[in-house]
Amino acid sequence: MAIYIEMPKLSDTMTEGTVVKWRKNEGDKVETGDVIAEIETDKATMEMEAFDDGILHKHLIAAGGKAPVGGKIGLLLQKGEKPPAEGAPVPESPKPKAAKEETAAPEAASRASASKATSAPAPTPAAKTGERVKASPLAKKIAKEKGVELSGLAGTGPGGRVVAKDVEGAPAGGASAGKASAATPVAAMPAGAGDQKIALSGMRRVIAERLLTSKTTIPHFYLNIEVDAGPLMKFRAEANAASETAGGPKFTVNDFVLKAVIAAAQKVPAVNASFAGDSIIQYANIQLSVAVAVEEGLVTPVIREAQKKSLREISEAVKDLATRARSKKLKPDEYAGGTITVSNLGSYGIESFSAIINPPQSLIISVGAIVKKPVVNAKDEIVAGQRMAIGLSADHRVVDGAVGAQYLAELRKLVESPYLLLL
Amino acid sequence: MALIEYRDALNQAFAEEIERDSNVVLMGEEVAQYDGAYKVTKGLWKQFGDKRVVDTPISEAAFIGMGIGASMLGLRPVIELMFWSFCTVAYDQIVNNAAQIRYMSGGLINCPIVIRGPANGGTNVGATHSHTPENWLANIPGLKVVSAATPYDAKGLMKTAIRDNDPVMFMENTLLYGEKGEVPEEEYLIPLGKADIKKEGKDVTLIAHGRAALTALKAAELLAAEHDIDAEVIDLRSIRPLDEETILASVRKTHRAVLVDENKPFCGVSAQIAAMLQEKVFDDLDAPVLRVTSLDAPAIYSPKVEPKQLPRPQDVIAKVLSIC
Repeated sequence: MAIYIEMPKLSDTMTEGTVVKWRKNEGDKVETGDVIAEIETDKATMEMEAFDDGILHKHLIAAGGKAPVGGKIGLLLQKGEKPPAEGAPVPESPKPKAAKEETAAPEAASRASASKATSAPAPTPAAKTGERVKASPLAKKIAKEKGVELSGLAGTGPGGRVVAKDVEGAPAGGASAGKASAATPVAAMPAGAGDQKIALSGMRRVIAERLLTSKTTIPHFYLNIEVDAGPLMKFRAEANAASETAGGPKFTVNDFVLKAVIAAAQKVPAVNASFAGDSIIQYANIQLSVAVAVEEGLVTPVIREAQKKSLREISEAVKDLATRARSKKLKPDEYAGGTITVSNLGSYGIESFSAIINPPQSLIISVGAIVKKPVVNAKDEIVAGQRMAIGLSADHRVVDGAVGAQYLAELRKLVESPYLLLL
Repeated sequence: MALIEYRDALNQAFAEEIERDSNVVLMGEEVAQYDGAYKVTKGLWKQFGDKRVVDTPISEAAFIGMGIGASMLGLRPVIELMFWSFCTVAYDQIVNNAAQIRYMSGGLINCPIVIRGPANGGTNVGATHSHTPENWLANIPGLKVVSAATPYDAKGLMKTAIRDNDPVMFMENTLLYGEKGEVPEEEYLIPLGKADIKKEGKDVTLIAHGRAALTALKAAELLAAEHDIDAEVIDLRSIRPLDEETILASVRKTHRAVLVDENKPFCGVSAQIAAMLQEKVFDDLDAPVLRVTSLDAPAIYSPKVEPKQLPRPQDVIAKVLSIC
């Protein structure tokens, strides 16, 4: 029996995927479990295995082409079998022209044009995410009154439509209810001569959606402190020297900061929580998301049960996750389920900033560069200090100002007295 | 209150109005000596004589034209069509004369005629005898269109129709003539343009007219018993003028509407109401407005298939469940 190979759903947020490479050629024999292609999702490139035996008769999507989740990408036939006569394999809405617009993916485009012109890639997105949310007029009215963002709701009506009862139970998404969601997006100026139109990558689409949801539905507030990084720098130098002598690894400033963020969260567990509509879930484990900049955007892989890990384990975990994130080798479950995020822009020379919360978390810590500057010491003398700005952005539905302040006080103590990290 | 048949309720209305107003005249094929094809005018000829109850030849254009002329001169003719389906033969008289004369005479000439008879499918009489022309007629400014589902409504609406100074198209139903219902002994009138909430409910509004209102009521009963859905049933009674306020208030309450209509779907009465709902209560709708209508085909003659053409309670229930 002819079997169509469909674009698999490889992550929660995946709506389309790119066939980066076919590992099996047309005419190749395929057995269940064989890797037949490499698929790029919004976050990673993954191997796709065959679920059935047969002969890979045709690549319906050429290497470099995209298909929506569930879209046909290949046709598998049994030996001697003829392809289905009616409506012979048609790629999911191919649009050769679009390949040229993919300025961000010249390699994919050249590969596509190298293959037969008739089997051009199908980059037309499924148009699912980022599109309008199906909601009944009444649901929309109530959402507007309550200031609820429809895109964050699961619709229980026919066809997944958001209906009134879905909105009635939803938390209001913003202090200035009504105003927040009423704002209509302002259309971008159309691209003119010389302008470049860059198609959204899967990752860019997810970033756009999640951060818009975060900024429009989570009531953010921000706290900032500046800590004395001198003791930490000294401690790090000593630790690295000792480790080197013993043949061990070197630690980065960020490793210590992460360790301090985790230890402070153990002291103030209220920040390790999520808003769940009718309740707040406070998590037993600290799953630490670490923001990693990659070519196309950023990902936030997670250090699991971080409170159980030593400085060395944290350091190794971060190194491994960051390396694999940059080479797109992360598995989807490796960037899901975080409870607190740390974003460190210190290495880019940023002194201080306030990050956007990574939903559904309630806390993100923004770490700046260590900067030498004059400080007034305990004896009222002006001396040269090493200072580091730490910002906290929190969901006010979960964390109040005083709790955030308490958390930052713990964090300051740990960074300024790094020996405490060992206790 | 007396429990009487739908046909007898109409018969009472005629008798009372003939006695009350000397201008009231019944006319139509076999309405007099034969007591009417469906016995709606039974005994009236014997009681009131040749001048008040008049048999006509089989010539709809002629006797409806005559009735319109008579009404313009002050009589109040009540003309029976043995089948509303054949109003087509007299369509020019109805559309171009009855409907337009008040307007074209600058309000000087009224046309207080009632044209009445059965307008329904479902009786195995074939495609040419099974039309439901209420939507054709309601489309014409100048005509009033009424449809009665129960004996009580039939009597009260008919008396008002006879007293109305404009042409009233009165839709009856052969399947309802034998249905019994309570009708008060004392005189009553039901105003045109006033819908009746036949059953109150909170989850969904079923909107219907004529026999479809009874289909909707049956569906509402089953929805309550089997699905715990509390449907409100609105019987339009008067299609034009239309009681928009009652419909809108109900949908504002339930947030859902399913229209049940024995009209064909294309440009049916329910299509008009669906358009009105989206226009006037859009923000109160929690689901699309759905319709259950006749199948969009000529009336099916085969008795085995025919029952599937008209809306049935199970069809209504299926639509309701798809949005509740």
